Order: sequence, then structure tokens, then C-alpha cells
Amino acid sequence: MKPLLTANHLSVQFGGLKAVNNVSFEVWPNEVFSLIGPNGAGKTTIFNLISGLYRPSAGFVTFEGEKISHLAPYEIARLGIARTFQNIELFEHATVLQNLLVGRHCHRHTGWWQDLLFTPRVRQTELQFRRTVEEVIEFLELQHYRDSMVAGLPYGVRKVVELGRALAMRPKLLLLDEPSSGLNVEETEDMGFWIEDIKHDLGITVIMVEHDMGLVSRVSDRVFALNQGEELALGTASEVQSHPAVIEAYLGGTEDDGPPPSPRPAGGGDGGPPPGGGSEHV
Amino acid sequence: MRFLFKTDYRQDLRLFKHGGQVFWYGALLLALAAAPWLLPDYWVSQLIFVCIYAIAGIGLMVLVGFTGQVSLGHAAFLAMGAYTEAYLQSHGWPFVLSLAFSALVAGATGIIVGLPALRVKGMYLAIATLAFGFIVEEGVARAESLTGGNAGKMLGSLEVFGLPIDSDQRFYYLVLFFLVLVVLGVMNLLRSPTGRAFVAIRDSEISAQSMGINLARYKTTAFALSAAIAGIAGALYAHKIRFLSPDQFTFLQSIELLMILVIGGVGSIYGAIFGAAFWIVVQQLIVLAKDWLPPAIGQQTGLQPTVFGLILVAFVLFEPMGLYGRWLKIRTFFQLFPFYRKGLFRRQKSYMKSERLK
Amino acid sequence: MLQFLQLVASGIAQGCIYGLIALGFVLIYKATETINFAQGDLMMLGGFLGLTGTLALGLPFWAAFAAALLVMLFFGMALERVVLRPLLGQPAFTVVMVTIGVGYLARGLVTMIPEWGTDTHVLPVPYKDQIVSLGGNGTEGGLIMSMEHVVVIAVTALLIVALYLLFKHTRIGIAMQATSQNQLAAFYMGIPVRRINMLVWGISAAVSACAGLLLAPITFVHANMGFIGLKAFPAAVVGGFGSIPGALVGGLIIGVVETLAGFYLPEGFKDIAAYIVVLVMLAVKPNGLFGENLRKKV
Ligand SMILES: Nc1ncnc2c1ncn2[C@@H]1O[C@H](COP(=O)(O)OP(=O)(O)OP(=O)(O)O)[C@@H](O)[C@H]1O
Ligand SMILES: [Mg+2]
Repeated sequence: MKPLLTANHLSVQFGGLKAVNNVSFEVWPNEVFSLIGPNGAGKTTIFNLISGLYRPSAGFVTFEGEKISHLAPYEIARLGIARTFQNIELFEHATVLQNLLVGRHCHRHTGWWQDLLFTPRVRQTELQFRRTVEEVIEFLELQHYRDSMVAGLPYGVRKVVELGRALAMRPKLLLLDEPSSGLNVEETEDMGFWIEDIKHDLGITVIMVEHDMGLVSRVSDRVFALNQGEELALGTASEVQSHPAVIEAYLGGTEDDGPPPSPRPAGGGDGGPPPGGGSEHV
Repeated sequence: MRFLFKTDYRQDLRLFKHGGQVFWYGALLLALAAAPWLLPDYWVSQLIFVCIYAIAGIGLMVLVGFTGQVSLGHAAFLAMGAYTEAYLQSHGWPFVLSLAFSALVAGATGIIVGLPALRVKGMYLAIATLAFGFIVEEGVARAESLTGGNAGKMLGSLEVFGLPIDSDQRFYYLVLFFLVLVVLGVMNLLRSPTGRAFVAIRDSEISAQSMGINLARYKTTAFALSAAIAGIAGALYAHKIRFLSPDQFTFLQSIELLMILVIGGVGSIYGAIFGAAFWIVVQQLIVLAKDWLPPAIGQQTGLQPTVFGLILVAFVLFEPMGLYGRWLKIRTFFQLFPFYRKGLFRRQKSYMKSERLK
Repeated sequence: MLQFLQLVASGIAQGCIYGLIALGFVLIYKATETINFAQGDLMMLGGFLGLTGTLALGLPFWAAFAAALLVMLFFGMALERVVLRPLLGQPAFTVVMVTIGVGYLARGLVTMIPEWGTDTHVLPVPYKDQIVSLGGNGTEGGLIMSMEHVVVIAVTALLIVALYLLFKHTRIGIAMQATSQNQLAAFYMGIPVRRINMLVWGISAAVSACAGLLLAPITFVHANMGFIGLKAFPAAVVGGFGSIPGALVGGLIIGVVETLAGFYLPEGFKDIAAYIVVLVMLAVKPNGLFGENLRKKV
């Protein structure tokens, strides 16, 4: 079996800061691969490197055996890599349905002039798109919110919509950046079920960044721990959690370095959005 | 309140969502078609301006309202359309061809003006478009052999498929036809992938590209389409005014178009149309008011900017969703009566949104 | 060669005006991420206030100058309080539109004020028609500058030093800097962000008014003199929006290029030189000379 995605000696610098330093790993088809590490470890940066938002200063990423590090983000998306964002990047002033339909964008094959005339071909693809999107809506139980504006939705629902938008792409690889942050216990539970289903039923490979070790141990096949941009440990959830370097990283850091990897401490279980989430204070 | 029971996805693809809409839009179109018979000539002439401004406004709306790119130089596209039309007509091109070509030339200019949009955003883009606007304005004044320069350029009388368009009535139908065409085209865009890509870019460029949207391509498309629509408006404007000079296409004109959008309501086609109508009506009201006001106020050239400045500030502060938003509120009020909540449309308050790196 | 220097010198004087207006933009932009399209109109108001101070109230020029700055300081603060503050947190486009509206309003209302009106006015200054010659021996071969230009450059330099001291060495200046770096953090640190923003608007208005008062003896005072503010945008971008020294340097570049273009290039280039420069800049170095690379982080 060949790995679906590999990171090969990836490094990136911001000014003097080595956000990611010589990181390598392989992700196998149909596994859930989790990235953990204290705040600022470089997890999101690795996602940004994979999805092409940042260029590595050294090393490269391959997907299905091909180098992708030189491609633009939209080209990488078209290869079948979908992602969600730590701070939710939805299309705020559009409905949930429209958001999900954007997920189908890669699969369009009409040009703007055809759209302008709304030719039968456009109509047909629209209907196809709609069917796929309805499947996603059903899968994530979003029926109730289909025609609501995203801007008015509670944080937990947005998180699900973002997952839905990524799923609507029918990707081969799904990158989830802290899927449970800001969710309450029950919502996190649901998220766990969905991730399992995504793996088993939809056959999509998942790379996940997550602080909630309960969720991580529940869904991950393998866990990759990093700190300050460097690899600490790789293995099953329990192996990594008991790895001395990992314990050291979490406990040895300064106070605000993030929660230790105990079961279910993260995200401040109150379910409130992180302060950056902003716009839902009405 | 009307509940729509949807049984088929195709329902969501329709331009008109239910029979009531078909009826009301039909009635509106009929009223508009009958207008030349019912209204005095002067108002028909004003109605023509409403249509032209609405077309230009919709063009700008594609860019500003749907794609989220600013343009402070839209008058340049009007100018490109208008002067191309004038030039081609004087060289004997038939109207349909010359109009199409004017739209094409304006659209091509749009692509050039949109180039900075591929690299810069927000206020940088605003200033780039502003710069282009000034350069085109100056270019038009200098290219005397093509445009007549500051002395201006006259247009001949218009003929469409052999039919002379010699009265405002006839011209009104022509303009109305193009308005309807543009509205339908943009509505089509909005319910298809291209329009959704525009909206996606407006709301989050980062996730738009992560969804496979080629930012450069769609921004360019938005600029080209927006400019081409403005070009059509410009060409029609040329035939209405019949005399072109560079001072008709200044920075202030570009700003006026933006004001029309804000007053009408950014983010919907209605907004552009409502805004255009409001703009023309207020202009006429100001002309009427001049005779009533004390001369110290009424006779000043500053009256119009004052009124429009005041209206703009008032709209942004008190009705940021514009006339269309106000209309939505009124409609919702009656539909939900007596359950309307005051906060239903309340603006989302957020702490300052920053584009900067945090 | 001398002629070239002569042109550069007057370009620098013109550039100081652009630089000051650009400085006004940048102060507000740094603090609130708003572009103030009424900046040029604030400058115009400054010019008119100077006119009223000297002619109608009979104040000595420099007293009228100071009074105009003070009035504009309060005007700017009032503007922030009444018009801008309710829009805190709204998209930049909305806020830009409101400043455009304010600009229209200012331009329109000015024409309705008796004594101001639509006419062009001359602001009487004590240093009118004086000539300064630098270098050379006496009048021969030296660089000749009109006193108006010299005053522009001198006052701009003074103002810059004053602002520098304000930002580096006063509590309020440091609070302003903190606020412009990160509003939310500043707010949590107990800095009264809103009052700071108000003050920034005030200072910005005063700086623009200063530009207006300096420009008045060179051109005239009239309702549309604020359109010159449109050339301060290129200045701000060339310098890198958000950089205070950048604004000034950008202004100087635009001023010099424009003056040179007016002399050496065919007619018409003078008016668009600023815009050509800014487009070139955006193509080559979108962040300007001193700008930081701003990218949204996800
Ligand atoms: N665009 C950027 N410019 C400068 N520094 C950056 C940029 N992106 C990330 N960094 C820095 O790189 C480091 C790693 O950041 P990253 O977002 O990857 O952390 P993370 O592991 O996702 O942390 P968290 O758990 O808080 O999300 C941080 O110090 C961050 O400040
Ligand atoms: Mg992160």
C-alpha cells in the first residue's frame, strides 16, 4: 500500500521563528491521523503547508505520489484535499445551502458564459450538485438550517456547516483543524461519531488537529505529537500520551502553553466560542 | 406568511419562487411598459436615466456587492462604453454590433483594471482603481482624434434594425429591454457556480481558494463582467445625451454609483435598481426645491452635494441595508404581524474586524 | 542642473502638503483601519477657518493658524464621536462610504456659509511674496525658493518632530501606538480605546487643517480645494499605508515626480503622474516602501 500523503522534511520560517522544523510523516489511506501539541506548536501551519496557503522553506508534501508543494491552494483542493479552519471561515452572508454548494465548485464543468445564460447543462449540474449536498445535509442532520444565513447561526452549528462544506467536495483527504473547539460535550460526541463515519462509511482519510485527548484517542489510528515545530512522538494515542517527551512538552512549558493531554480537558468545556470567534455576540 | 412546501430541488433553481412573484413581476413589467403612455415626456426621460443608472449600478453591484472588490473608478468603464459606441456609430456600425463591441472594450478595460486585484485587496485596490479612473479620464481628454477631447463628441441619430429611435418613448423601450436583459443575466449568474464563487470570494478568500476557487480567474471575471455591463450603460447613456465630454466621467461619477448602491442596499440586484430610482427622484426634487428655498441655500451649487452627503450618511448610520433592506423589514413586519420582533434585523455587532495579522 | 534642483525644491514643498494629508489618513488608518475620504475636505475646512480667523476676526496670522488647528482638533473628535463611533465593527466599505458622505456634506455646506461660499479666497499671510535664496552668492546662482514653500517645509518638519515626541514619549502617545497594534489587547489592558480613537481623529483633522493653512497662500482657499486629498492616497500607498514616516516620504516622492513630470513631460502627465507612480508601486511592491506585509492568519 502506498501512503496517501507524505510530508518530507517540511520546514517553514516566519522571520526568525521556525514554526515547522524538519517534520516528516506519512498518512495512509483511510486512517485518522491526529496532530497534537501545545499552542503554537505549528499544527495549523502544517495544515497551511499541505493546503498550499504557505510555501515550505524546505521539504515538500506529496499527495498520491505527486509533489504538491508548488501548487496553488485551489489546485490542491481540486486534487481532493478539503479542509476546515480553526476559527471557522464560512461564507457568512450566504445560506447554509449555498455554503455547501460552494463545496461542489471543483466539480463544475461550465464556464461563466454558460452560467450567464443558465443553459440546460448548468441546470443539470446544479441538480446533481444539489443531490450530493442533500446527502451531506442528511448525514450531518442540517436539514433544519438549510436556508438559514450562516451569520445568524450558533457557533456549534457553524462548525458542523464547515465540516459539511468540506464533505460536499467529496474529498479524498479531509483536514480538520480543531473540530471540537468551542463545542459542548454533546456536540463533541456527535463530532466523534461523524469522524468515525467519515472514515468508515465515506472512506475518506482524515488528518485532524485536536486538543481534546478524549476525542483524539477515540477516533485516531495514529497520533503525531509536535512541539515548537519539531516532531516529538508518533504512535497510537496511548503510546504518544505516555511518551516522556510529550509529557515534558505539556508540563514543562509555561503556564499558558495549553492543556495537558489528559482526557477531555480542552476547549474549556463550557462550549463558549473562543474570544476570536467574535461576530456572534449580538 | 407564505410557506413554501418544496417537493423538488428544481424549485430552488427557479427565478421566481412562487406564483405570487410571477404575478407581481408581471404586473411591474406591464406598468413599466405602459409608462410612456401614462407619464409626461419629461418623466419618461427621467425613467430612461433610472434604467441607465440601474444597469451601471448592477454592473458595479456584481463587483462590489457580490464579489466584494471595490472600484472607485467605474466611471472609466462607462466612458469606455460611451466613447466606443460613439466612435463606432460614426463609422457606420449597426447598433447591435457597436453595442456588443462597446461592452467588449469596456470589459477588456475591466480586465486590465482588475489586474491589481490579483495582488492587493481592500483599500489598496480601491486606490488602484481610483488611479485607473483618473488615467482613463485624462486619456479620454487627450485622445482628441478618437474622442473629440475636451471639445466633446456628438452622436448621430440612432437606428436599430432599420427602426429609427427618434423619440424618448422608443428609446425608453430599448433601455428597458437592456435593463431586463442585464437583470436576468445577473440573476442567472447568482444561481450558478460563478455567482457562488463571487460570493465566496467576497466572504472569505481563504476558504474560497481552499474550496478550489481560482481567485485570480474569478476576480478577473467579475471585473470584466462588471465593466462590460457598465460599458452597456455607457453606450446607452451616450445615445441618451448625444454629446460626450470627459467631464461626464469623473471620479465623482464613480462615487455617485457607489452611493447609489449604498442607498439602494448593497448585496442585491434590487438595491441597484432602488438606488438608481431614488437618486433620480431626489435629483428632481432638489431642482424643484430650489425655487422654494431661501436663495442663500437654494441657489448654491452646494445644495446637491449637501443633500446627497446627508442622505448617504443617514443611510449608513440608520439604514445600512439601504432601501431594499427597509423594504424587507416592512414586508416581514406585515407577514409576521403581530409577531415581529424589534431585533430581528439588528446589525451584528462585532469588535473591530481586522484584516491584519493578529 | 539648477533648474532641476529648483523643480525638486518646489516639488518637495508640494510633497509636504501631500505628505501631511497622507499622514492624516495614516493616523486614522493605523488606529481604526478606516480610510477617511473626507481628509481633503478637513484640509479645506482648515483653510476656511484660517480665513475667518484672519479676515473676519482680525487675528494675527499665527494666532489664527493655531486657533484653526484647535478648532479642527475638536471638530475631528466630534466627527468621530457622532458619525464614526456608531459604526465601530462595521465593514471597511461602510465606513469609507460614510466618510465620503461627510466629504460631500462639508463641500456642500461650505458653499452655504456667508463669506465662504463658492468663491476663491486669498489667505493673507505675513510672509507673502518673499524670496529666500540658498547657496550661491547672494542672488546669483543660488537656489531660489518662495517663502511660502520654505514655510511649508519648515512647519512640516516641526510637526513631524512634535508627533514623533508625542508617540514616543507621552503616555497618551504610547497608548495610541498600543491601540493601533492591537485594539482588543489594548482594550483589555485598560486603555480607553474609544477615547484614543477620538483623539486620533482629532489629531488627524488638525494635521490636515495644517496642510490646508500651509497650502492656502500657494493656491487659494475654495470649497473644492480638498480634492487635492485624492493625490495624498497615492502618497500614502507609496509610503506603505500604515507607516507614518512612509506617508511623508510617499508625499515627497509624489510631489517631486509630479513637479518634474509637469515640466519635462507633455501636457496632461502632471495630473496623472501621482496615479502612475502608485500603480507602478502596487505592481512592484504592493506594500509600499515602509509597509509591513499584512496577511490574514488562519
Ligand atoms: N503567517 C504567519 N506569520 C508569522 N507567524 C506565524 C504565521 N503563522 C503561524 N505563525 C507562528 O507559527 C507558530 C505556529 O503557529 P500555529 O498556528 O501553527 O500553531 P498551532 O499549533 O496551530 O497552535 P494552536 O493550538 O494555538 O492553534 C506560532 O508561533 C505562530 O505565531
Ligand atoms: Mg492552530
